[in-house]
Amino acid sequence: MSHHLQNLVLKIWRQTGPNDAGHFESYRIDDISDEASFLEMLDVLNERLIADGKEAIVFDHDCREGICGTCSLMINGQAHGPQKGTATCQLHMRTFRSGDEIVVEPWRATAFPIIKDLMVDRAAFDRIIEAGGFITADTGGAPDANLIPVPKPVADAAMDAAECIGCGACVAACPNGAANLFTSAKIAHLNLLPQGQAERYSRVEAMVDTMDQYFGSCTNHGECEAACPKGISIDFIAMMNQDYRKAKFKNRKALART
Amino acid sequence: MAQAVQTRGPVTGTAAARTRRKKPFLLDLYSTAVGKKYVMAITGIMMIGFVVAHMIGNLKMYLGAADLNHYADFLKHLLYPLAPKGVTLWLMRAGLLAALVLHVHAAYSLTRLNHQARAVKYQGPRDYQVANFASRTMRMTGIVVALFLIWHLLDLTFGTVNTVGGSGTFVREDVYQNVVNSFNRPVVAIFYILANIALGVHLFHGTWSLFQSMGWNNPRFNSWRRGIAAGIATLVVVGNVSFPIAVLTNVVG
Repeated sequence: MSHHLQNLVLKIWRQTGPNDAGHFESYRIDDISDEASFLEMLDVLNERLIADGKEAIVFDHDCREGICGTCSLMINGQAHGPQKGTATCQLHMRTFRSGDEIVVEPWRATAFPIIKDLMVDRAAFDRIIEAGGFITADTGGAPDANLIPVPKPVADAAMDAAECIGCGACVAACPNGAANLFTSAKIAHLNLLPQGQAERYSRVEAMVDTMDQYFGSCTNHGECEAACPKGISIDFIAMMNQDYRKAKFKNRKALART
Repeated sequence: MAQAVQTRGPVTGTAAARTRRKKPFLLDLYSTAVGKKYVMAITGIMMIGFVVAHMIGNLKMYLGAADLNHYADFLKHLLYPLAPKGVTLWLMRAGLLAALVLHVHAAYSLTRLNHQARAVKYQGPRDYQVANFASRTMRMTGIVVALFLIWHLLDLTFGTVNTVGGSGTFVREDVYQNVVNSFNRPVVAIFYILANIALGVHLFHGTWSLFQSMGWNNPRFNSWRRGIAAGIATLVVVGNVSFPIAVLTNVVG
């Protein structure tokens, strides 16, 4: 049986553009099905705003099934809201009660400037990927399966890292606005696999140095891991720190020996 | 990387990259955030080593004045006669001072970086999930420990404030009596206890954190890291706090 939430008070961040100061605006909304997702609730609110001749609230969203990493939103002081291991699109209104006040803010980081209202520009993540989040290899036909043997635990660990959808919740949740969890996941998912070994150290150096140009530094609070909709472990940050250290100190001509 | 990537022009408001000049190798490494964290970790290890050794050495207090003063004299004779009297001690002090300066500088510049990384704070209240009291107060506990350190040196090393508001005279060689004179002032004893609790809180996060920063990551031992941090912090606090209490309760004195 669905149930409807009444008298929700939404305190939503409105900002006309990157250089506007912005402010919170309160909206009262009734008759929201508890089966609605958080984004559907915002859709309903937008429909009502448009019907009243007001400007709709701008927010990022795409797949709405937790795999694309487009949606964001700081909900009641938590990245992607109070539910563990999910993106905002997978958060449902049944998590809330009638009469609740819900504060909605965009990700806040200098590297993620606000475009409008709740939408931020996450291009800094693209810069990190461009620096080394790929394998330089000949393209061609798909290789035969199992041509390169990969131990099962290694494949599993690489997959855990590759789960990162690049939503930026780690940066948003980090008290320092650091992107170590994102960067480390993107590095680990290639550096763990045999295909990634040739560029392992140049990759970690290039990606960490690019990260350094935009983001804050890690103080090991662990907030990123708690906020991550994919539950990516901060063990990957340690792995990245280790690879960066090796990248800086190893004699790369002798790398094949280790 | 092998591929050259074309840089695109910024969309309105896109974040700009901070650029840094290329410097000589070690300086260049130190100018990165991860490099500074290595420095934080390594200097942290040096200071943890000192704090633990300092506490263990001071336990000699419980064996009496002769033992503690003999131990103090032994420190001056470390590696003697290979090194002249006092030289090893001063080398160790110089190393610790360098570690402290680097630790504070790295902390200061990382703090500034982190403030820049979120120039506009969250306007609504944050709801932290796992960040604990220790990790959230590293800067505060660090400052308290630094201030305490200055007092502590003036009190028991230089003797400048050793007898202010108390009785007796400062005699460099009579470490035991200096400690007793100092802690017989209840305000000093209370400050000492509070500062050591701050130190323990700082160590609890710092000791765990250094494993992450250095990348000492092994799933087999990762669960031990919190335990090691809690163990070291507890050891240092319990040991150090026992000294002023022992003096005030006349166990020592």
